[in-house]
Amino acid sequence: MSDVATAAPLNPASATPENIVEVRNISKFYGSVHALDKINLSFPKGQMTTLLGPSGCGKTTLLKIIAGLLEPSDGEVLINGKVVNGPGPERAFVFQDFALLPWATVLRNVAFGMELAKVPKAEREDKARHYINEVGLSGFEDKYPHELSGGMRQRVGLARAMVVKADVLLMDEPFSAVDEQNRRKFQEDLLHLLAAENKTVIFVTHSIEEAVYVSDQIVLLSPRPGQIHSIIRPEISRDTSPDDIRRDKKYLDAVENIWTDLRKYLD
Amino acid sequence: MLAATSVTPHAKGEKSDRLFGMSDTLFYRILSVLIVFGVWEIAGMIPISIAFPTFSSTMAAMFEMIFDGRLIYAYGETLKPLGMGVAISAFFGVTIGVSMGLNRLSQWVWEPIFVVLQASPVAALIPLITYAYGIGITAKTVAVIMLAAPIIVLNTYKAVRNANPSLIQMCRSFQGTRLQEIWIVIVPNAAPVIFAGLRLGVAAGFIGVILAELLITPTGIGDLISYHRSIAEYDYMYAAVFTIIVFSAVMVGFLETVEIKYFRPEKKKV
Ligand SMILES: Nc1ncnc2c1ncn2[C@@H]1O[C@H](COP(=O)(O)OP(=O)(O)OP(=O)(O)O)[C@@H](O)[C@H]1O
Ligand SMILES: [Mg+2]
Repeated sequence: MSDVATAAPLNPASATPENIVEVRNISKFYGSVHALDKINLSFPKGQMTTLLGPSGCGKTTLLKIIAGLLEPSDGEVLINGKVVNGPGPERAFVFQDFALLPWATVLRNVAFGMELAKVPKAEREDKARHYINEVGLSGFEDKYPHELSGGMRQRVGLARAMVVKADVLLMDEPFSAVDEQNRRKFQEDLLHLLAAENKTVIFVTHSIEEAVYVSDQIVLLSPRPGQIHSIIRPEISRDTSPDDIRRDKKYLDAVENIWTDLRKYLD
Repeated sequence: MLAATSVTPHAKGEKSDRLFGMSDTLFYRILSVLIVFGVWEIAGMIPISIAFPTFSSTMAAMFEMIFDGRLIYAYGETLKPLGMGVAISAFFGVTIGVSMGLNRLSQWVWEPIFVVLQASPVAALIPLITYAYGIGITAKTVAVIMLAAPIIVLNTYKAVRNANPSLIQMCRSFQGTRLQEIWIVIVPNAAPVIFAGLRLGVAAGFIGVILAELLITPTGIGDLISYHRSIAEYDYMYAAVFTIIVFSAVMVGFLETVEIKYFRPEKKKV
């Protein structure tokens, strides 16, 4: 897309790299439950940020607020410097429970975003086929979700989010339904795919290893009410092979440090 | 549109599940029907009651009534109010049910009416219909609606109200409009329960029309039953009852086909 190059810094004062998503002073109450407390975060363009924290600390809530699916009680979300109040074409969501239409084939599910946008059928199916192939599901276009494994369903969810060409991908524990071997494979595939498309990704996970392996930036949240505990940048070179990364000293240190931080919440 | 693309060849090496050239589900269905008829025949021969004819004499009576036109005429009488009542109940029932599921005000207006209707002993109320609607086809149609509509409305309402919130959020996240959300996500998601309600509604409508024919005006298939019972021609009476069962089964099958074809193509392959 040519407009990526022309999207010159709107705000010359901002540091490089430009922040495509900014979260300002977000708080969220569910009735009397205080889920998030004054969250301020920046998400640099083209980078992968992970939200990590104990269960119930508000990760899903924060992700859905960024997606525009939940209203914050206070604060605002900026996309490309503009305040947004709902879902938009710059963001696509990958759901933890897949959220596939059970009555639609893989092809229709992947093309669903374009179906809503009334893109002509032939065109949207062409594009959908391309991403079905990218996520390794070619041959399954005419299957229904109940005929797929959990990992395959999540790939459908990923393809559906990729095909609408949103700059920002929001993923809520995308690998939680996937077994360990497939999970690694899926992580590697995801990194490849994302690097090729220069996506900005905000990613929720429970796995420290996964967070360190895939992220440029890791946001550690404290237990309810969720606040930012710390932000970690593992700075791992991704030019080496996946196995080398997992043996890298920086990788192991980062995992250890995060574990030390999170452990105190368990007591 | 979906049905056309849903034909996938079976995986290679899958074990053949065919007996005598038909699928095994079909085979077992036919087998179970044959067993029921066989037991019926034997029970009729013993006989367990003089009011219980054999299967074969019931069939003979049925074909006789088909060929001399009595059955056709009776169904003509019965199907007019039944068809109208069911069509009205289905159309307005689904519309009202969907609106109740989506809108609190609509729920507030309609829910009490249909809950009371469903809970009340409608059979006891049917004679009262005569005071308002006389003894003609209108009265019968009203009886059908009174029995069919509450089931259809309340099933539809519950199905829509319990639509999967995750799918709705998904639709919103891709900037679907509210109308798209309703027509492309909520209604197909609710379709199995809506259709279950329609099937029950059709069965209840049948009860309604027969009750009306027994209690209000002796006509149609209800009259065929009560007349033959009164002159102790039980094989004719059972033949009439038998046709009702067959007819209901056909209607239910038809609704299932519509559901699968237009709303839930994924069920075809199960
Ligand atoms: N709809 C809701 N109504 C009331 N409370 C809610 C609602 N959704 C979430 N909460 C509460 O808000 C808090 C944060 O929830 P959230 O789902 O964002 O946590 P999470 O970090 O994603 O947890 P997990 O890691 O278990 O997925 C939790 O304590 C939860 O009980
Ligand atoms: Mg969560």
